[in-house]
Amino acid sequence: MLDINDVTISYGKTPTVKDFSLHMDEGQIISLVGESGSGKTTVIRAVLGLLPGGGKVTEGDILYQGKTLLNLTKDQWRKMRGSEISMIFQDSGAMMNPTKKVGAAFVEYIRTHENISKAEAWKKGVDMLERMRLPSGDNIMRSYPFQLSGGMRQRVGIAMGMTYQPKILLADEPTSALDVTTQAQIVRQMMELRDEYGTSIIIVTHNLGVAAYMSDYIVVMKNGFIEDKGDRDHMLHHTDNPYTQKLLAAVPSLGGARYV
Amino acid sequence: MEKKKKNFFRQHLSFTIFLCLAIGVVLVAIFAPVITGGVSPTEGNLIDSVMAPSKDHIFGTDKLGRDIFTRVIYGTRISVTAAFSVVIIITVVGTFLGILAGYFGGLVDAVIMRISDMMIAFPGLVLALAVAGMLGASITNAVIAVSVVSWTKYARLARSLVLKIKDRDFVKAAIVTGSKTPYMLLRYMLPNVITTIVITGATDIGSMMLELAGLSFLGFGAKSPAAEWGLMLNEGRAYMQSAPWLMIFPGLAIFIVVTIFNLLGDSLRDVLDPRSE
Amino acid sequence: MTKKQLGSRLLQMVIVLIGISFLTFLLTSLAPGDPVRTMFAASGVMPSEETLEVIREELGLNQPLLVRYFNWLIACLHGDFGTSFSYNKPVVTLLMARVWPTLKLTIFSTILMLLVAVPLGMLSAVYKNKFIDYLVRGITFLGISIPNFWVGLMLMLAFCVWNKWLPVISSGGDFKSMILPSVTLAIAMSAKYTRQVRTAVLEELSQDYVIGARARGVKEWKILWLNVFPNSLLPLITMLGLSIGSLLGGTSVVEVIFSYPGLGNLAVSAITSYDYYLIQGYVLWVAVIYMVINLVVDMSYNYVDPRMRLRR
Repeated sequence: MLDINDVTISYGKTPTVKDFSLHMDEGQIISLVGESGSGKTTVIRAVLGLLPGGGKVTEGDILYQGKTLLNLTKDQWRKMRGSEISMIFQDSGAMMNPTKKVGAAFVEYIRTHENISKAEAWKKGVDMLERMRLPSGDNIMRSYPFQLSGGMRQRVGIAMGMTYQPKILLADEPTSALDVTTQAQIVRQMMELRDEYGTSIIIVTHNLGVAAYMSDYIVVMKNGFIEDKGDRDHMLHHTDNPYTQKLLAAVPSLGGARYV
Repeated sequence: MEKKKKNFFRQHLSFTIFLCLAIGVVLVAIFAPVITGGVSPTEGNLIDSVMAPSKDHIFGTDKLGRDIFTRVIYGTRISVTAAFSVVIIITVVGTFLGILAGYFGGLVDAVIMRISDMMIAFPGLVLALAVAGMLGASITNAVIAVSVVSWTKYARLARSLVLKIKDRDFVKAAIVTGSKTPYMLLRYMLPNVITTIVITGATDIGSMMLELAGLSFLGFGAKSPAAEWGLMLNEGRAYMQSAPWLMIFPGLAIFIVVTIFNLLGDSLRDVLDPRSE
Repeated sequence: MTKKQLGSRLLQMVIVLIGISFLTFLLTSLAPGDPVRTMFAASGVMPSEETLEVIREELGLNQPLLVRYFNWLIACLHGDFGTSFSYNKPVVTLLMARVWPTLKLTIFSTILMLLVAVPLGMLSAVYKNKFIDYLVRGITFLGISIPNFWVGLMLMLAFCVWNKWLPVISSGGDFKSMILPSVTLAIAMSAKYTRQVRTAVLEELSQDYVIGARARGVKEWKILWLNVFPNSLLPLITMLGLSIGSLLGGTSVVEVIFSYPGLGNLAVSAITSYDYYLIQGYVLWVAVIYMVINLVVDMSYNYVDPRMRLRR
């Protein structure tokens, strides 16, 4: 469904990601794992066409459902973002206008994709929030982002991202800013998205533990290249790539037993 | 070492250009007598008064028959020295007080900040005029007056920078290991503050020049027969209709020199602090 | 802002006012000029030194500084701010007469400035580093380097002398006489504010929420007009407040050039004639305006930014 073929991404003349290839089927959960600067965020930003200033895919192609994403018009992108392909970020609260309430951002987003009244959009938003198991969706809509806890903000982000049941959900370090308990909750909630809606997920994380828990397929990146890749079983138990092994060894273990 | 210097100037091309222009202005001030061929800026022949620009007087003459070109050139001396003086005074005094206020906090801080509040609310013009009235109008007094109302910006700046640094771990570590106050001030507070202060100061040269010219224009700065641009504009006002060149050239001079120093200040900022867009 | 904070602010204002007025009193008394002499200098008839001395006694000018200050302070509390020596009218009357023209000039030039600075600044930010950005930046750069009194004089030359379209002396009454002074002031202000607007908008554009909105497919124009631009104007409120405060104190240079009957003009003439009480009144006015505006700006900031309003 999503094919990234031998892609090179450059900022100006400097390539930051080289020879990246990935194939994703429906309903798959894939993790991009790596240290900061390995290029993992760059890759998923490229999928949504959101590379910051000056970034471009200079080689290769990205195909969604067989069609290339590299020459879409602004309008085509606008229709697709948030409806067919959605993205959630490390701090969903920061991704909303801090001087406006959550409801305003949600309604604004809904009315971009559907021509319905503000009241109907509001109801839809509340409904979506409650489906993500947020208590009193109406209260949340009436709150400012800074008034919500980290976990709540991420759930709001997921709710917004899932409103139109996108085929692909891109997640950029969605749990990195959360405490361990909340992390586990969000991870589990994301896995349910796949079960309930059949959404394919690409999650970017530096936490191999999270990757191991939720993904079917793991890609390890280093310095802009793919260092290692394979399905979960292979990566955890059968890989002979020294870098991957180091990452595995770095996952904290409890009482001698490895968590992974 | 030579290569490093060369690379620096090549990399920061605009800064180099503007630096040269600024140095050029200073040189004009220094070599004014040479450039004007020995013509006096303060004495003129009344017979030649208010003559249009010609071969002999390329900018024309003023009401006392003085050559305007000469006066404009000599004007650089006053403007440059006065503006530099103001900037040096306010940066040194303001920064010093600001660092004291930020570092010691408490009563020292409160007193300095309240005085600074008062100075901001005080109309600069009134103060300048009062000083001019007290000691007579002169460019020196204008410098003092402008300095007294302008130091507060640097005090605030320095203070906020110091407060930001004071909280950082390396400072706390130094305190814990027993560093003494003057040492703390010099070694830690000052260097971090200097870059920003220097940039702000450089960009202020231009505006101080404008302020001083404005005061002279109103008659509270340089006094006749000094060749000061603001004063020349004032003197030329009466002849607006008949001899506009009395006003055009001095004003143009202010414009050009201020632009040069503003460009210098801006490019200096790009050199010292490239992350600021 | 709580009542307590408000109260404490007002108290601070009073203290600062006393400080400033005393400072002014001190300075004017140190100046060697003599208001009595100036009073008669204009009329062309200079009475004898003995007569002058008698007048000085009558006006209480020979008393010690503190006594004079105290008397002035007490009179102020009764609404009497003294009488001007050079105009021979109550200070309050003189000031009040000039407030309206000054206000008009302030409003005019501020509106002109906003009409220019806000669109240009936004344009410059959105098309950063494109041609229009460089053009705007170039023009504004020149704008802040040009002496405003020279601009005023040149405009006067062009529009009043060479082409007699506009009056040389502004009565402050009709619209025509307000154009040049307002434009002169607006030019310098626009240059400064265009750059500020640009910086503020750029700052907002780099915020995460812009990326978030784009990722949700929100239309770019909606992001700009409904989110970025309103947010970027917030920090400008403080600056605008200070500028308006400064304008309300009168702009001496421009008013002198155009003979505009504003407060700035009054201040200059007051100082040149050592008109103590008029100077005091003027300084007081400027200080009060400045502090009131500061207070209003702070209060509005607290209200407008929800983060300040709700975070306690």
